[in-house]
Amino acid sequence: MKISREDVLRVAQLAHLELAPEEVETYRGQLDEILSYIGKLQELDVSNVEPMTQMRPRNADSLRQDSRTAASSDGAAAGAAEPELRNDVEAPCNVAEAVLAEAPDAAKPFFRVPRVIER
Amino acid sequence: MSTAPTWTVSSVRDALLAKKTSARELAKEFYVQIERRNPELNAFLALSPDRAYAQADRVDAAIAQGKTLGPLAGVPVAVKDVISTKGVRTTCGSKILENYTPPYDATAIERLEKVGAVILGKTNCDEFAMGSSNENSAYGPVRNPAALNRVPGGSSGGSAAAVAAGLSVIALGTDTGGSIRQPGAYCGIPAMMPTYGRVSRYGLIAFASSLDRIGPFATNIADTATVMAVIAGHDSNDSTSAAVAVPDYGADMQRPVAGLRIGVPEDYFGAGLDPEVRSKVQAGIALLEKLGCKRVPLKMPHTDYAIATYYIVATAEASSNLARYDGVRYGLRVQGNTLMDMYRKTRERGFGPEVKRRIMLGTYALSSGYYDAYYLRAQKVRSLIARDFSNAFEKVDVILTPTAPTPAFKLGEKTADPLAMYLADIYTVTGSLAGVPGISVPCGNTAVGLPIGMQIFASHFGEGRILQLARAFEKAGGFSI
Repeated sequence: MKISREDVLRVAQLAHLELAPEEVETYRGQLDEILSYIGKLQELDVSNVEPMTQMRPRNADSLRQDSRTAASSDGAAAGAAEPELRNDVEAPCNVAEAVLAEAPDAAKPFFRVPRVIER
Repeated sequence: MSTAPTWTVSSVRDALLAKKTSARELAKEFYVQIERRNPELNAFLALSPDRAYAQADRVDAAIAQGKTLGPLAGVPVAVKDVISTKGVRTTCGSKILENYTPPYDATAIERLEKVGAVILGKTNCDEFAMGSSNENSAYGPVRNPAALNRVPGGSSGGSAAAVAAGLSVIALGTDTGGSIRQPGAYCGIPAMMPTYGRVSRYGLIAFASSLDRIGPFATNIADTATVMAVIAGHDSNDSTSAAVAVPDYGADMQRPVAGLRIGVPEDYFGAGLDPEVRSKVQAGIALLEKLGCKRVPLKMPHTDYAIATYYIVATAEASSNLARYDGVRYGLRVQGNTLMDMYRKTRERGFGPEVKRRIMLGTYALSSGYYDAYYLRAQKVRSLIARDFSNAFEKVDVILTPTAPTPAFKLGEKTADPLAMYLADIYTVTGSLAGVPGISVPCGNTAVGLPIGMQIFASHFGEGRILQLARAFEKAGGFSI
């Protein structure tokens, strides 16, 4: 067994989910089956493998410094996938009214929530 | 059975220019069909007639004035309900966003409307795009137009069904692990997942940020290329969008295919593949060989680890992305005595079972003591899967596989077994993890008439190559092998 009832309750608490008593065992069984399947990742030797933390193609690093020029013509140029940083320019952002209009409980210019400070 | 789609992007254009119909009449014709068919298909969650008719009138005025028309002028479009539309309810198939109306448009929507497209409404999908059958929608499942007792696939099931049933000419979907390609296969239409970064995701409500992509459904490859040309390209509002020039897909599509090397990985044809799917996809590959393509056997040894990797990476990202639904700023709020109590009650009431399952799985994988064993290891295996692709593309121009291991399954068949449902994406998640583009094209039907899909992958930003091969396949009759 990969995951216990206590694990499910702990994870639900971390994720701010309130589970009904009957849900706890259902999720425990399902998560246990899924995690057992995922256990197959342990079969592989990954000791010399770097984690993939970027979605840029693998050979992008070698092209990195040239990424802006590489972007121009050759669509396959991997370095071109480097995210471009825009200039930090101020622009109007008059969205407060529209955003607050979607709030379940707004008191302009705030979102109202239950009391969080006791005194 | 379905009414076959009758309109294409070019037939709409021809009819408008010849004044055989107007954009307004055409939109009305589609709304009539939607009223008639949607009760059984459940493909649309919301319609936007005011917006559609206003746009149609603009197109009609442009025609009357003899102005040059945009490439999608008057073309009816359906949009998956995870893509933001200003003033049009956007629920993500979830109760937690039941009454949410975005204050802005996604870039993809802006680009479509700028060239004349008419947004008909929003399509049903698995909640937050999490699912492979559309049965995880809080608003009921979509039915497959080819067989009403079967699923349309997921998560973009509503978009696929709408186009396949002729309720829209084109549609936008999103693909995180197969959510465009697999419903495309199940419903029998071309369905494309562009390269990661090719299409702006500004306004796409996030599920898994290193995987999510927006892409088109259409009934033919020319329409697919037209939509791609409109929605592709860099967007300063999306830091993950790539500054790579967009080629002329229409021209790429026409290029001859003789001499192209098509890789066929044996790892995608093993146990679990339905024999009818296998034989049709093999027939599809044989047809391409007849057109002069060279078949190259491949090994992609980490394919078998893709589902396990995906369900760690995607759920970890989802657990983080979905933390924003807390009842404070938008969507559902369930009152509680304390702030924490409000968060928990809101999320308990607002999320469906699959979303909760994935949030918990992702939270577990990221939690202290499990991070190295699950999340970090999955990220490493993801590198190995991506390497399988880059190694393959040193030898071949494209990779051909089945899109899904089986044709569309029956409603309810897999709902009790989440893992069995996950395995429906076994051939699509690989390309999602690697970031490469892929398409599903129809390649015939089973004996009982269920559509089968063949998947074509190319290397990063190789959409033109995919469209080239898909167009040749379509022209040679490959869609109806």
